[in-house]
Amino acid sequence: MKTVVLMGNPNVGKSGIFSRLTGTRVITSNYAGTTVDVSRGKMHLPDGPAGVIDAPGTYSLTPTNPAEEVAARILGEADIVVNVVDATNLERNLYLTLETLERGVPAVVALNLWDEAGHQGIAIDVAGLEALLGVPVVPTVGLSGEGIRELVGRLGEARPSATIRPMSEEERWATVGRITGEVQTIAHRHHTLADRLAEASIRPISGLFIALAVIAAAFLAVRWIGEGLIAYVFEPLFDLYTPIVMRASDLLGPGILHEILIGRLFEGEIDYVQSMGLLTTGLFVPFAMILPYIVAFYLVLSILEDTGYLPRLATLADTFFHRLGMHGYGIIPVFLGFGCNVPGALATRVLETKKQRFIAATLMSLAIPCMAQIAMVFGVLGPFGLRYVVMVFATLAVVYVAAGLILNRVVPGECPEIFLEIPPYRAPDLRATATKTWMRVRGFIGEAIPYLFLGILLVNLLYSVGFLDLLAAVFAPVMEAWLGLPAGAAVALLVGFLRKDLAVGMLVPLGMSPEQLVIAVTMLTIYFPCVATFVVLLRELGARGMLAAAGVMVTAALLVGGALRMILIGF
Amino acid sequence: MEKTLLELEPGTQGTIARFIGNPGFVRKLRTIGIREGKTLTVVTRHPLGGPVVIEVDGREVTLGRGMAGRVVVDVAE
Ligand SMILES: Nc1nc2c(ncn2[C@@H]2O[C@H](COP(=O)(O)OP(=O)(O)O)[C@@H](O)[C@H]2O)c(=O)[nH]1
Ligand SMILES: [Mg+2]
Repeated sequence: MKTVVLMGNPNVGKSGIFSRLTGTRVITSNYAGTTVDVSRGKMHLPDGPAGVIDAPGTYSLTPTNPAEEVAARILGEADIVVNVVDATNLERNLYLTLETLERGVPAVVALNLWDEAGHQGIAIDVAGLEALLGVPVVPTVGLSGEGIRELVGRLGEARPSATIRPMSEEERWATVGRITGEVQTIAHRHHTLADRLAEASIRPISGLFIALAVIAAAFLAVRWIGEGLIAYVFEPLFDLYTPIVMRASDLLGPGILHEILIGRLFEGEIDYVQSMGLLTTGLFVPFAMILPYIVAFYLVLSILEDTGYLPRLATLADTFFHRLGMHGYGIIPVFLGFGCNVPGALATRVLETKKQRFIAATLMSLAIPCMAQIAMVFGVLGPFGLRYVVMVFATLAVVYVAAGLILNRVVPGECPEIFLEIPPYRAPDLRATATKTWMRVRGFIGEAIPYLFLGILLVNLLYSVGFLDLLAAVFAPVMEAWLGLPAGAAVALLVGFLRKDLAVGMLVPLGMSPEQLVIAVTMLTIYFPCVATFVVLLRELGARGMLAAAGVMVTAALLVGGALRMILIGF
Repeated sequence: MEKTLLELEPGTQGTIARFIGNPGFVRKLRTIGIREGKTLTVVTRHPLGGPVVIEVDGREVTLGRGMAGRVVVDVAE
């Protein structure tokens, strides 16, 4: 089977074209570094099926970060390269095109973003470019699918370039300049009001106000949409569902099956948070407490991503993140991490050095709770008053900054500066936003819910064999003497390794004071990542890196937990 | 007159003259579109050691101060 590889600069529409070619949806966003890993799919060529690989974007075949290394490596697998080129930025894109063609792989060039080039008054002589490059060139619009059929049609004509021979770097630059000059004409464009507004979002003072407004709006939107979904969709559904489970409960009668499926009844009623049955808590927690916020969060994130605002936020945040050993792009793992720590950990690949990635990944695991956990924190602590929720997040923020300042000093290695392209603002495409939100929500349902079920099952089983009581007894000294928590909280911490959202729920039956809950919830965030994140971190940081990160986490958890205890409860 | 990018006030325009640094550094700048002979406009310079934002060929690029200090720009008096 042949392999078609999509190569191109970051943010030129490779993933969009990949989706078009394969019918497999992948995440696309309006900033460099969305695709940090390879996606594989299949398509049909005249001579049979072919594999398609969506490589991370790269500016050249001499990589400067791991995402680019992946791209350079993938090129070796290619039978045909589809070089996706940003038609609005031909000159810059051609360097990689030449480097690729010099390798002698059969190639086709997709001149993507053809619609935007038109709007910007950029005209490109396609036939001329084709002659100069010696491979087929097809204008495409990845977003609408225009030109994709022709692109596929011409994959058969892919061949090693007849005109481009290996050359030195200086020659390559000269060739880029010569080709651009010959095929491209640009109508002069004046600065518009929109340009000036766009610039305001990247200037220090106006930018800061815009950033605060955007973040506040995003937060309120998530809350508002999440609460709306709960009040108008999910709670009514569970109101319909309750009589059914109650009936099932009666039918089952007391016994082990009742324990596992329905769980404990409180005064003859189901308590959806505390009952701990698969059909009660196992459904209610993921669907009525977490999913609504996941939907809301990913909708808002998708919009933020597609407008192109995030790289501007990264620019504004650079001054701050630089002091923590990263640079402004370190805000991307934070943003993604709030959704789920797994993509957050993967996103650390946009940072160049090991030191930066270690710091970004460690800080995220320490202090960035995922949406599922946040939803539960609001659910569990919210009723006591918003100030307790604020205490948790304020503590985590302090931990993030303090740990960052320290790690920046003690971790050896380099901290390269920020260097990134600001994409043009784009109006998010409704369909694309909806699809992306759905993909991520489906990912949550597919990955989180089995774990939640498994977690509940395991808790029930371990309780019945008495293991959890034993565990609580063993950890009682640390829990009680150091953290001021009931011994049972140790069980929640253990379960937290499986699913932190479930663990937060398990704190409820312990009847703790709100102060104790603040401590327990904060500890749950800091002490260790959940198993899914742990696996990714292990792969990204290596065993030694992970060991070091885990050391930081456990130390921080004990220190912060002890400090909170002294402040909130006293001795 | 030649100045480093770091010395330019926001709003200044100039022509990129050369880069001070190893080939890897030069390639990094060139491949993102910052090349000798191009006209550059300083969009903004962030305070407290923050980054510099420039515009080249209608595209904005953010770069740290250390890098900005190694980009030599030819500006009219
Ligand atoms: N207007 C327009 N937008 C596009 C086109 N192709 C992609 N986009 C948008 O450009 C951004 C980058 O696309 P993506 O596929 O993630 O690029 P990648 O980083 O190269 O994989 C996304 O916001 C897309 O919606 C196109 O042909 N026209
Ligand atoms: Mg992509």
